[in-house]
Amino acid sequence: MRPVYAKEDVCIGCGLCEVYCALAHSISQDLIKAFKKEHPRPLARIRVERTDGLFLPMQCRHCADSPCVYACLTGAMYKDPDSGVVAVEPEKCSGCWTCIMVCPYGAITRDIDRGIVAKCDLCPGRDVPACVANCPNEALVWIEDGAAGRASSLAATAQEGIGGY
Amino acid sequence: MATSTTGQMRQLPSASARRAKAPRTEYLIIGNSAGGIAAAEAIREVDREGAITIVSEEPYLAYSRPLISDYLAGERSLDSMLLRLPDFYERNKIEALLGTKVARVDFDHKLIELEDGRRVAWRKLLLATGGTPIIPKLKGSHREGVFTFTTLDDAKKIREAVDRQRKVVVIGGGLIGVSLAQALVHRGVVVVMVELMDRVLGTALDVEASHLVEEALRRKQIEIVLGQTVKEIVGRPEDGRRVGGVILEDGRTMACDGVVFGIGVAPRAELVKGSAVTVKRGIVVDRHMATSCRGVYACGDAAEGYDFVHKTNRPIPVWPNAVAGGQVAGYNMAGRPTRYEGSTGMNALNCFGLSTVAAGLVEPKGDPSCEVLVKPSAANGTYRKIVLKNNRIVGMVFVGDIERSGIVFGLMKDGINVRHFKETLLSPDFGLGSLPDGLRRKRLSLPNSQRSEARGNEE
Repeated sequence: MRPVYAKEDVCIGCGLCEVYCALAHSISQDLIKAFKKEHPRPLARIRVERTDGLFLPMQCRHCADSPCVYACLTGAMYKDPDSGVVAVEPEKCSGCWTCIMVCPYGAITRDIDRGIVAKCDLCPGRDVPACVANCPNEALVWIEDGAAGRASSLAATAQEGIGGY
Repeated sequence: MATSTTGQMRQLPSASARRAKAPRTEYLIIGNSAGGIAAAEAIREVDREGAITIVSEEPYLAYSRPLISDYLAGERSLDSMLLRLPDFYERNKIEALLGTKVARVDFDHKLIELEDGRRVAWRKLLLATGGTPIIPKLKGSHREGVFTFTTLDDAKKIREAVDRQRKVVVIGGGLIGVSLAQALVHRGVVVVMVELMDRVLGTALDVEASHLVEEALRRKQIEIVLGQTVKEIVGRPEDGRRVGGVILEDGRTMACDGVVFGIGVAPRAELVKGSAVTVKRGIVVDRHMATSCRGVYACGDAAEGYDFVHKTNRPIPVWPNAVAGGQVAGYNMAGRPTRYEGSTGMNALNCFGLSTVAAGLVEPKGDPSCEVLVKPSAANGTYRKIVLKNNRIVGMVFVGDIERSGIVFGLMKDGINVRHFKETLLSPDFGLGSLPDGLRRKRLSLPNSQRSEARGNEE
């Protein structure tokens, strides 16, 4: 599994990842229509945290041991055994928010209009997730991790390296 | 130590039945809900071949119990409540004996006897029997139109009756009572909720959040009667067999067409009565979910799992704990030693659009060692409270804006010292970015399974 990682010192907090994430999850796939005409409005599944001059884009880490999957009351949240992607079946989700309560990254969003949760699905059908493809500063990286478990060390490396960037 | 159940087994119907060798399964799971299913999956992860048998008195494929409110509200069919695909049992080579009740368990000979007389022998046993609805002894509870609300069959019965019932009294203002009341309102029923405590959701939420939920319920015309209980359920003047009203403890009477007990559940441990399995309030388990009887495990609402906030074992009848405990039990049954991290009371709730999340010690009244951080409820419907003990989070309440509550829950679960950033916990912008650099990096890069090791480093 390779989630999207952010180089926090490189991120300029422009929020384009949020815009392109919402667009990628829109019906029209057209920027203007998606934001002006679609109701309910498409939701971004990535959020740039802006605290004390720090910009930190956050979305689902697709954890190996996913607390959201275990907490899900309905069986809607699942980890795909082949891809490792943590995804939610919208028809089964009841909007109880239990997954939100246990996500250590705060990476699951309420889709209040639809009464279900929304989260990063790594953009199935695209070569590269929309947030990564559209980050103007290459702050978002999608690391090939090879063997399971190496993601953590790679992520740590990616973040340690930031200091001297 | 209690006595064995061999005496009971001597009462088997016939000598030949007794001599006949019971079919043997490697792993026997009693209960086909959150804990039982999680355990079966964990076992299969470790042991691909060992025979697994699941027994349940309910005739259904594993379904989501919490969704019975959606079913009652008419928003869901059984198909959309199933926890797994219908081929789950076949694919995982699980024999499912559904709609079959266990009559007794013989712990000495490692056998169960089903009510239809069949027997099954096991090597490892999991008691994932869940909870029994609490029904107070009160006059008139035998009447037609009195229900409980724990299983799909309960929801079916209420759904059938509800069209004839214009007004229903819900006894209990806890999670069951509140979700039941919501479902009934969706069906157009007039609801009166009677709660013994001075507020609804008294064990799940703090006072302020309880009041916000009460407001949300009242906005939907639910009448809430607090500090009261039903003393008697009376019949109709024209037909005494059917519910006609209730009499409250203070003597007030109220006409209604139905009464539902939504008080809560007690651990269901009747199968282990008189056995070597120790039971306090629930079935006692160690950190491996093993009971006091060798080879016998327990999880979920039936058991007393470890609470990392209260630092003791106690029944915490919520779904995620049943899944976590069931998984640990399954691994250990299959021979992969796994320690239960522990959990605590935790509930997320979407009450008529009011989102709440609460976990741990939310109302630490009378505990001077606790520090309480509060962001009072605002006009936009947000409220936040964090309870600290020695600079570690022991309780949390989020209302409205709940998206970052999981970060706080994670800090609580891992016992992180928050001294240097505690003032940010109440900020609307709070996120992982609010944590000190070193801690943030650690939490962003470590997968869950390594978090317990990280705990020591961060203190």
